Amino acid sequence: MLLMLRRPFFWIIALAVVAFALAPVVGNDVSMRESLLLDALYITLASNLNLMLGYAGYVNFGSIVFFGLGGYICVWLVNSYNWPLIPSLIVAGLGVSGLALIFGFGILRLRGAFFALATIGVIEAVQAFVENFTPWGGSAGVYLSGEIFKPLGGPAHALWIIYFMMVAVMGLSLYLSFAIKTSKFGLGLLAIGQNEDAAAILGVPTSRYKALVYSVSAFLPAIAGGLYFFKSAFIQPSDAFDLSLSTEALVVGMLGGEGTVTGVAIGAFLYEELRGYLLTSSTFANFQLVVSGALLLLIVLFFPGGLMGFIYSRFPRTQKVLE
Amino acid sequence: MLGILASIIDGVLVGLVYGLAAMGLTLIWGVMDVINLTHGAMIVAGMFALFLLTSVLGLNPYAALLPVLVGGFLVGVALYWISIHRMVGRPPLMSLLSTFAVNLVLIGVGTAVWGTALFNVNVSLPGITMGRYTFPGAHILAAVLAAVIAALLYLFLQHTRLGKSVRAVANNREAAELVGIPTTRVLAISVGLGVALAGLSGVLIATLFPFTVLSGDGYQLKGFVVTVLGGFGNPVGALLGGIALGLLEGAVTPFVPVSWTLVIEFVLFVLVLIAFPAGIFRSRRGAL
Repeated sequence: MLLMLRRPFFWIIALAVVAFALAPVVGNDVSMRESLLLDALYITLASNLNLMLGYAGYVNFGSIVFFGLGGYICVWLVNSYNWPLIPSLIVAGLGVSGLALIFGFGILRLRGAFFALATIGVIEAVQAFVENFTPWGGSAGVYLSGEIFKPLGGPAHALWIIYFMMVAVMGLSLYLSFAIKTSKFGLGLLAIGQNEDAAAILGVPTSRYKALVYSVSAFLPAIAGGLYFFKSAFIQPSDAFDLSLSTEALVVGMLGGEGTVTGVAIGAFLYEELRGYLLTSSTFANFQLVVSGALLLLIVLFFPGGLMGFIYSRFPRTQKVLE
Repeated sequence: MLGILASIIDGVLVGLVYGLAAMGLTLIWGVMDVINLTHGAMIVAGMFALFLLTSVLGLNPYAALLPVLVGGFLVGVALYWISIHRMVGRPPLMSLLSTFAVNLVLIGVGTAVWGTALFNVNVSLPGITMGRYTFPGAHILAAVLAAVIAALLYLFLQHTRLGKSVRAVANNREAAELVGIPTTRVLAISVGLGVALAGLSGVLIATLFPFTVLSGDGYQLKGFVVTVLGGFGNPVGALLGGIALGLLEGAVTPFVPVSWTLVIEFVLFVLVLIAFPAGIFRSRRGAL
């Protein structure tokens, strides 16, 4: 852990997080805060998906399940049991991680494409469960009362606190990606991504590592989901398990360069800014899926290394600094 | 007793159509180890082709099968060159992502044009009555046509030169290349066939149930389950897998809500993959 302090990349992340936290405060700019909140959310989702996609080479089509379930658990604890926000978030994170570990052990024997298909099954299972689970409001969802913002000093103040917490979650995601990449666990995952048979023969406990990374990649997205739906004070299955968010996390990961920490973060930032632009221009609002699809196809076909692949090949020295 | 018999017949009728819906997916999967995630969108394309051909041109629904077969084949060949050709032999991750991207584009265009409203095509055929139970004529005809199409595919794969090349490429692409089979062309033709089959199954499903732009997903998911039940690329296996799925659905629907059937099917998918990695109904090695 102390060794990480000596890596320049550690300080680059710290700088980025501080810049995120301070940028809207300086001008007291609320619209900038909302846009940066979404950026932080995308960076969190994409970085955690990248643990599976970029490191272990496994596609998880259902990463949104973590986000949605985390949101549901948090909203439920706040609404039905009057829990404060922070413990609800922690329970949401741990609960979803635990569930992911159980699911992970269920599907960990599957390899490659089969694992990816099983993650689609996980979405179906969770969605069917939530839509039939009456304590969570079934398909109608749960509304939170305005009272919940009181302990945080009223709605206006609460939104700032939520923003800082989301930025903190983003920072933790980046540090998690960085820490795993420089650890033995990360090395094992990268080996699985290169050649799973060879990794297993060399002594990497492949099944355990896969289940573990599936579970780890669930923790922070669940907390981000809790924050997000606490902020909107409303949750329903079609928002919580919106498949396009899962998809966008994949597009973002490929755009930035799967397996890199910097690239995925920059990719998420760029994509979210682009999307913000596309959604406001009325011609493109209907074609958001088409645009992400076309973008993904072009990247997969012609730039499989993504943005960072391009930067690494142009400026090889950056590889030593930017993970 | 009659009730059980009726639900078995119903399961077989629906199952044959599920089998056909899975056949294109399993063919492409078996030949080039590519999971075609546009399969659901192609089924929907077949449904909307039927809708347009019957409502605009006033064609008989079953006469739409031929233009859909030809159109589907051409679309499939185009799909091969756009999204699959560069991915063959690369990690499965890449072809999953590239076909997924094409699927997003297709679904995006579909929802922009038609929205997510419900469409249906009316087919009225006399049914067969058995005591208290009536089997709709459209169901019976769809099941028979599904079986006929599967039989034609089987004959094509077993007894024509091109079909044998497809099987050879599935078995070992390098060896096939060495004995002079133009493998790239065979791969493009296989994707064309796979997509044409998806379109045909879309036509038959649309004669039975109402559909939306998004209904392909459910059939694609069932296709995965059928594929692992029936083994890769084997038309007979796909039909048997489809029938097994149809019977299972008939057996569980009295006890659980409809939204849970897909979950049960997916649990089955995982269990089968763990227990029989090569599929239950797979007869021998390289069965394609």
